[in-house]
Amino acid sequence: MAYFSQQLINAITLGAVYGLIAIGYTMVYGIIGMINFAHGEIFMIGAFISLIGFIICGLLGIGSAPVAILLVLLVAMAFTAVYGWAIERVAYRPLRGSFRLAPLISAIGMSVTLQNYVQLTQGARPKPGGQIVSGGYNLFSADGFDVRVTWLQIIIVVVTIVLMASFTWVIARTQLGRQQRACEQDMKMAALLGVNVDRTISLTFVVGAALAAVAGMLFLMYYGVIDFFIGFLAGIKAFTAAVLGGIGSMPGAMLGGLLIGLIEVFWAGYFSSEYKDVAVFGILVLVLIFRPSGLLGKPEIEKV
Amino acid sequence: MTATSPLIDVERLTMRFGGLVAIDDVSFSAQPREITAIIGPNGAGKTTVFNCITGFYKPTVGRLTLRGDREYLLERMLGHEIGQQARVARTFQNIRLFPGMTVLENLLVAQHNKLMRASGMSVFGMLGLKRYQRAEAAAIEMARAWLERIGLVADADREAGELPYGAQRRLEIARAMCTEPRLLCLDEPAAGLNPRESAALNQLLVSIRDREGIGVLLIEHDMSVVMRISDHVVVLDYGRKIAEGPPADVRRDPAVIRAYLGTSEGSHDG
Amino acid sequence: MGPRLPMLLKDAALTAFVAAALGLFIVGFRTVDVGSTKGLAFDYQFVDLAVAVVAIFVGRLGLSFAADGQRWPALVLGTVLGVIGASPVRLPSSFLHWFVGLAGLLIIARTLWPSAEQAIDQAKRFPQGRRFGVAGVRWLAWILLAAAVILPVTPLGDQKTMDLGVLILTYVMLGWGLNIVVGLAGLLDLGYVAFYAVGAYSYALLSTQWGLGFWAVLPLAGAFAATFGLVLGFPVLRLRGDYLAIVTLGFGEIIRLVLINWVDLTNGPAGIGSIPGPTLFGAVFAEKAPPGGVTFAQMMGVPFSGTQRLVFLYYIILGLALITNLFALRLRRLPVGRAWEALREDETACRALGINPTNTKLTAFAIGAMFAGFAGSFFAAKQRFVSPESFVFIESAIILSIVVLGGMGSQIGVVLAAVLLIGLPEWFRDLGTYRMLAFGLAMVLIMVFRPRGLIAHREPSVRLHARAGGGGG
Repeated sequence: MAYFSQQLINAITLGAVYGLIAIGYTMVYGIIGMINFAHGEIFMIGAFISLIGFIICGLLGIGSAPVAILLVLLVAMAFTAVYGWAIERVAYRPLRGSFRLAPLISAIGMSVTLQNYVQLTQGARPKPGGQIVSGGYNLFSADGFDVRVTWLQIIIVVVTIVLMASFTWVIARTQLGRQQRACEQDMKMAALLGVNVDRTISLTFVVGAALAAVAGMLFLMYYGVIDFFIGFLAGIKAFTAAVLGGIGSMPGAMLGGLLIGLIEVFWAGYFSSEYKDVAVFGILVLVLIFRPSGLLGKPEIEKV
Repeated sequence: MTATSPLIDVERLTMRFGGLVAIDDVSFSAQPREITAIIGPNGAGKTTVFNCITGFYKPTVGRLTLRGDREYLLERMLGHEIGQQARVARTFQNIRLFPGMTVLENLLVAQHNKLMRASGMSVFGMLGLKRYQRAEAAAIEMARAWLERIGLVADADREAGELPYGAQRRLEIARAMCTEPRLLCLDEPAAGLNPRESAALNQLLVSIRDREGIGVLLIEHDMSVVMRISDHVVVLDYGRKIAEGPPADVRRDPAVIRAYLGTSEGSHDG
Repeated sequence: MGPRLPMLLKDAALTAFVAAALGLFIVGFRTVDVGSTKGLAFDYQFVDLAVAVVAIFVGRLGLSFAADGQRWPALVLGTVLGVIGASPVRLPSSFLHWFVGLAGLLIIARTLWPSAEQAIDQAKRFPQGRRFGVAGVRWLAWILLAAAVILPVTPLGDQKTMDLGVLILTYVMLGWGLNIVVGLAGLLDLGYVAFYAVGAYSYALLSTQWGLGFWAVLPLAGAFAATFGLVLGFPVLRLRGDYLAIVTLGFGEIIRLVLINWVDLTNGPAGIGSIPGPTLFGAVFAEKAPPGGVTFAQMMGVPFSGTQRLVFLYYIILGLALITNLFALRLRRLPVGRAWEALREDETACRALGINPTNTKLTAFAIGAMFAGFAGSFFAAKQRFVSPESFVFIESAIILSIVVLGGMGSQIGVVLAAVLLIGLPEWFRDLGTYRMLAFGLAMVLIMVFRPRGLIAHREPSVRLHARAGGGGG
């Protein structure tokens, strides 16, 4: 029971991170129907900018953890968002209307480029991030096992919930959200009605990248070490989360992230940690085969 | 006229998408050696009927029986089996050729199943056996015959996507005919054609009916085409059948006139 | 230049600003380890960043001029960048020399391209020009083939060249195999390397455990890989294109993870070593014959030399690659090949014509997998060692980029792309670290500027009329 509770807490934390990345996949897929294969790399770059930001905070002598986290969060979101914007502008926008696999191939190329770009500029070795927040709270003890929730885990879950809530509000209530949904439904019609489609798509990438940057920072704080390759696995898992929840659906992405976190942590906790990634990939394959519209997605009706 | 049994019986066909009823309890039949037109205002469910017959949608309720060498229950068959076994061929409202392949290749792809058998699932073909070479020559001959009928022999080696619009329409019909169908379903074949092309199309359809002797189902907006060439007309409105009969009768039917022109109050009573 | 100049300047400034924002953290602050306890420190790279940003500003301006039709300013800027890049002026790193120099070349190429394009277009419009283009590709193919066949006996055929030749031919074969799946059938397979792994491990295990020889295992390895293709393909080939890509990627990773973790069978990350090489009529390529065996040198009565083995391997992979090519060319002219291309063009129309999409895709998938299996068992025999590290996703991406760069569906394009992507980086060793970066950029740039690849021409699989005027043959 105690072991189970501890695993549950860990799983929710991990699931929150996956969920944040998954939103980026789901939004981009919803609006232009492509899998932004480079999104995992955006997350990785967010983590690196956070790492550098924390070191700069240290050099500037900012001692207070909350101030440092807030500062780094804002800087990482802003600068990672530029990556999201630039990638769309360079690698995807010229391909609208090209043959159907072109954007995906371009995205794979972008992903390879970004990975090697970071490897070249920052080196291939894993980077220790140091401990920014330590300590925690013992919930209860049972069977000689302390069930502990760390402050960090609380921060991760709270940050995620706050971002999710504000994000849902943006989509539901603001002009941007309405334009985005309009583009999702029918891009040509939206353009005719005066929606700036290019700008809306750009903003989608910017928002997705900013959320991925948050995920990158949380990942860095949680695991304490990052390298140029973390985007690949995390990206695929987050994509799996998006598909599991129903690609195109925001709540689906969050739910999917949570489920993937649960599957991964519990598989590692109860079966074998070697095959936890196989379990996640297995889920991806099964979902796509048996329920390609995901848990919360709408089934597609083929128009002929 | 109905001495023979109908080629296809559509019985109590209903198709729902979630809460939307696209087709509501529609029944009709089509005879071999006849052109049966399905007409109706936009959104009446004509294309949905086609999609059910050709297996792109699975009907919510209803029976679709096609009579050939045996009876085929189309609603139970997979999409490609309907073309392969029941031999129902179709064209699409927004032309779907293989644009990057040549005109001739388009017509050979239509003869795929026959040629696959002749090539012994590619084994004989790989070995270059005479048996396959003869089959391929016959297939090319058939394609040439159709190209002559639609006037595209000279364009045989051009990419299909390069052809002008009217030629693409005709090519799509020829491609469907190369599957040697029992029933040919044409979804608005005259859309976007100029009067001259439209007249040539009418001739082609009549010649298909008379020479090949197959049944033709036709969705059409252009009433002049419908009146001139169809033998039987089914009128749909809001997913229901509101009239059926020879063209001359249908055009005088008050329900049809109401559906097309609207009632004086501007509301439908269907 | 006139009134547009301020606009172009503003655009270039904006580009440079974005570049600066992109590079500020990732390029400007290089994190370095300083002892185990102190964590990380910075190695500041702001000068590099500044040079790059200035180059981007000038480069963007030059490209805008070129796009605007203002040739002379564009050529001047391009030449300036090119000269700075090539000159001994000390820029902070050799990468920046390349960066600046290539930017200059790009501008010059972009400026001159419109007239080149016009000339090509003009040539295409005349039947002679068109025929010359088609015949040219054919001649190129024969010349390349002849060169490949005689290469080992020419003075050029030293150890280094032969090594490179074997490497390139392996990728050519893989490219031709994947071309069936991606180029003809239009199925984006991101896990192609999984079948390569199946082939490699088939030979590694069957030879080390059961003592089977290369020639006996070769067909088996192909059959295993094809079976894998069928089993994996059956459930997933109904999926839409981009989903299929992700699922195949997932399968590729699953196979790699299984190879790592199933230690009893595969020996895990340590891999399998001392795999025997291929034999020629029972003769081995080694200095000393195994008990009861004979070496190639003894059989032929010539002195032993290390390159004999290499030349033998070279001809094996050349043969295997040519078989792949002939097979693919032949299949393309059969109904199944035409159905693949038709599926790539429009799956819905195929279904309406009574073509079973799943079965048709499955054959392409399985045949592509089979060739990867052959290539895999050759790889194991060549390396005499296999480990999961050789079968990572990036290998799939490399093979895919060869197919895409070559021009999907074009056989000769695959050869050119393999030489370009595998050969060039190996020749210029100092480019080595930047190789993958160049790969990634190449994939993006090809999609943006030349989505149909180097060789975009598609030869019909069958003709009704003989080609006008004969000539091309």
